[in-house]
Amino acid sequence: MQTHVERAPAATMTGERVVVLEAGRAESNYWRDLWNYRELFLILAWRDVSVRYKQTMIGVAWAVIRPLTTMVIFTIIFGRLAKLPSEGATPYPILVLSGMLAWFLFSSILGDASSSMIGNANLIGKIYFPRIILPASTAVVALVDLAINLVVLLALMAFYGFLPGWRIALLPAFIAFAVVASFGPALLIAALNVKYRDFRFILPFLLQFGLYVSPVGFSSSVVPDGWRFFYSLNPVVGVIDGFRWCLLGGESQLYMPGFVGSCAVAAALAWLGVAYFRKFERSFADVI
Amino acid sequence: MSGDVVIRADGLGKAYMISHAAGGNERYVALRDVLAGAARRAMGRIRDPARGASVSGDSSVEEFWALRDVNFEVKRGEVVGVIGRNGAGKSTLLKVLSRITEPTRGRVEIRGRLASLLEVGTGFHPELTGRENIFLNGAILGMTRAEIRRKFDEIVAFAEVEKFLDTPVKRYSSGMYVRLAFAVAAHLEPEILVVDEVLSVGDAEFQKKCLGKMQDVSGQGRTVLFVSHDMAAMRFLCPRCILLASGNIDAFGETHTVISEYNRARAAANSKSYPEGSLVRSIVARQSESRIVIELEYSALPSDVCFPGVGFIIHGWDGRPLFGHNSMLEERPQRSTTRNGGHARIVVNGPPLLDGSYLISIQMGDHHHTYFSDPQCLALEVSAMIDSRYQLEQRKVGSIYPSCSYEFTDSL
Repeated sequence: MQTHVERAPAATMTGERVVVLEAGRAESNYWRDLWNYRELFLILAWRDVSVRYKQTMIGVAWAVIRPLTTMVIFTIIFGRLAKLPSEGATPYPILVLSGMLAWFLFSSILGDASSSMIGNANLIGKIYFPRIILPASTAVVALVDLAINLVVLLALMAFYGFLPGWRIALLPAFIAFAVVASFGPALLIAALNVKYRDFRFILPFLLQFGLYVSPVGFSSSVVPDGWRFFYSLNPVVGVIDGFRWCLLGGESQLYMPGFVGSCAVAAALAWLGVAYFRKFERSFADVI
Repeated sequence: MSGDVVIRADGLGKAYMISHAAGGNERYVALRDVLAGAARRAMGRIRDPARGASVSGDSSVEEFWALRDVNFEVKRGEVVGVIGRNGAGKSTLLKVLSRITEPTRGRVEIRGRLASLLEVGTGFHPELTGRENIFLNGAILGMTRAEIRRKFDEIVAFAEVEKFLDTPVKRYSSGMYVRLAFAVAAHLEPEILVVDEVLSVGDAEFQKKCLGKMQDVSGQGRTVLFVSHDMAAMRFLCPRCILLASGNIDAFGETHTVISEYNRARAAANSKSYPEGSLVRSIVARQSESRIVIELEYSALPSDVCFPGVGFIIHGWDGRPLFGHNSMLEERPQRSTTRNGGHARIVVNGPPLLDGSYLISIQMGDHHHTYFSDPQCLALEVSAMIDSRYQLEQRKVGSIYPSCSYEFTDSL
């Protein structure tokens, strides 16, 4: 029913911006609009980070204690009691902590980004901006947490006299992969959270489930070969295997078919997440 | 868009879907209900295939048009007020113009940078300091960092919070908080500014300062769209005014004329009756010589109420309250059985009012709850209440006729 007439000049002679508002219009210059709001994104990311670390001691301590305690427990359960093998000669705590970094990055983005809409309902109802900025800015907090955890991991490596090797230089690429892999589902859940307010009860369950089905406390090489490809379709498997490949100095081998599968699933989820989010983004202010 | 028009709305409409599903007023849907509904429908279809799709219970979704076919133009540098009752579509109009929500029909063209101020202090974070919140809030309102840095000192001076810049705003008094929030907003320099009822916060002194600032803004050739219930502020700031009523533009013209029309339309009668289910069934106000008599019929109050209080406010022509009173202020409030409802009669013996039209608000409640409230629900034409040869003009001297005595003594 829309008569969609494309306006030729976006700016007039005087350089003034002309904005046209009509149903379905927001779609057409979505990415350019997003770029125009980059400064708001930076400031919201800064807000989230600075609020989290406002009480510096507690903020940093929390970022450190959470993975460390989980690491100790997993080392005892999977390494000592279940006697699962490590990757090559890697000390078990390092194996667990390197997986833990990847998992915490993934799960905090998923958790925080998906609740960011509800948490900022007030902003959404009062101010226009591309809504995707909100989940994106919470992802920055997860990256800062990751940086702190990396320091902890390096300290642990120093303690064991373990050298990560040259592959660590490729870590940023895998961090980017982790962000993409988590951001897709996060957007999907963020939109569902706005639409169905009780959806948030499902997420903690999913995350807890994910912690055990993903190879956080053990190496993915313990999965029988016949199942390994299907197991790797879980994008978190790709993320964790990638992190270990970078960090464990050649002790960990990347299972290529599985890794490619992980990437494909992550890419599909990212596309689905962005598409779904964009579809509902326009009505967020009406329902939130 | 022709030369100097900066906002043009063309057949603008906005529809909301209102669901009347079981569970009532919740604005959002619970997944649990959707699943349960789907299951019920599936079951229903199995049990009752003959009725087919008609079994589905979600026919209770209704379209509500908050705005319909709204057309208007605002020229560069114009300051336009928007008035209308609650629910007339004022906020929806502002939300559409600020791009918070999309129009369902029609289109709007906006020429130039538009900033909207729908609330004071949007995005303020209590844990952050005043300084940090200035940057945060500024960015949220659409200022660039450079712009904020340039105006920083001015903002701080305007808000009068120099000493507390590095204190988290959660420790601010509410007055300081509002001042800071408004100061940031007041230094926005968009070409078009859209402002919702935000002047109602803060103390009188600060409100005056804000009005002054708003006037400066409009003096600089900026276009302002301003929603308020404060008719005096409206007259002060806006030469022209839009009157919205149930999503339509009822009038657009000179503020004085539009406000008069609004007041007439808003409370055309001196009596009002309410639909079944309302606590108050009917209200009548009339002038009886030098008194005003208000009578209301009410139905059963909740059983734990033993002192049903009834209160009123009399407003002047511009909607400003003149005076009010309620039965709880009496020395011995009358005890009444509330089970069957009843009749209340308020006699206002004074002060005497000058000729003109007045608005009346009615409230029922006790110390703890308000059970009924209908602001400015009645209009009352007062005439010849004062036994005086001359009528003073209400517009010039105010509404209340004082009781005075004058004494002159010749100097020797």
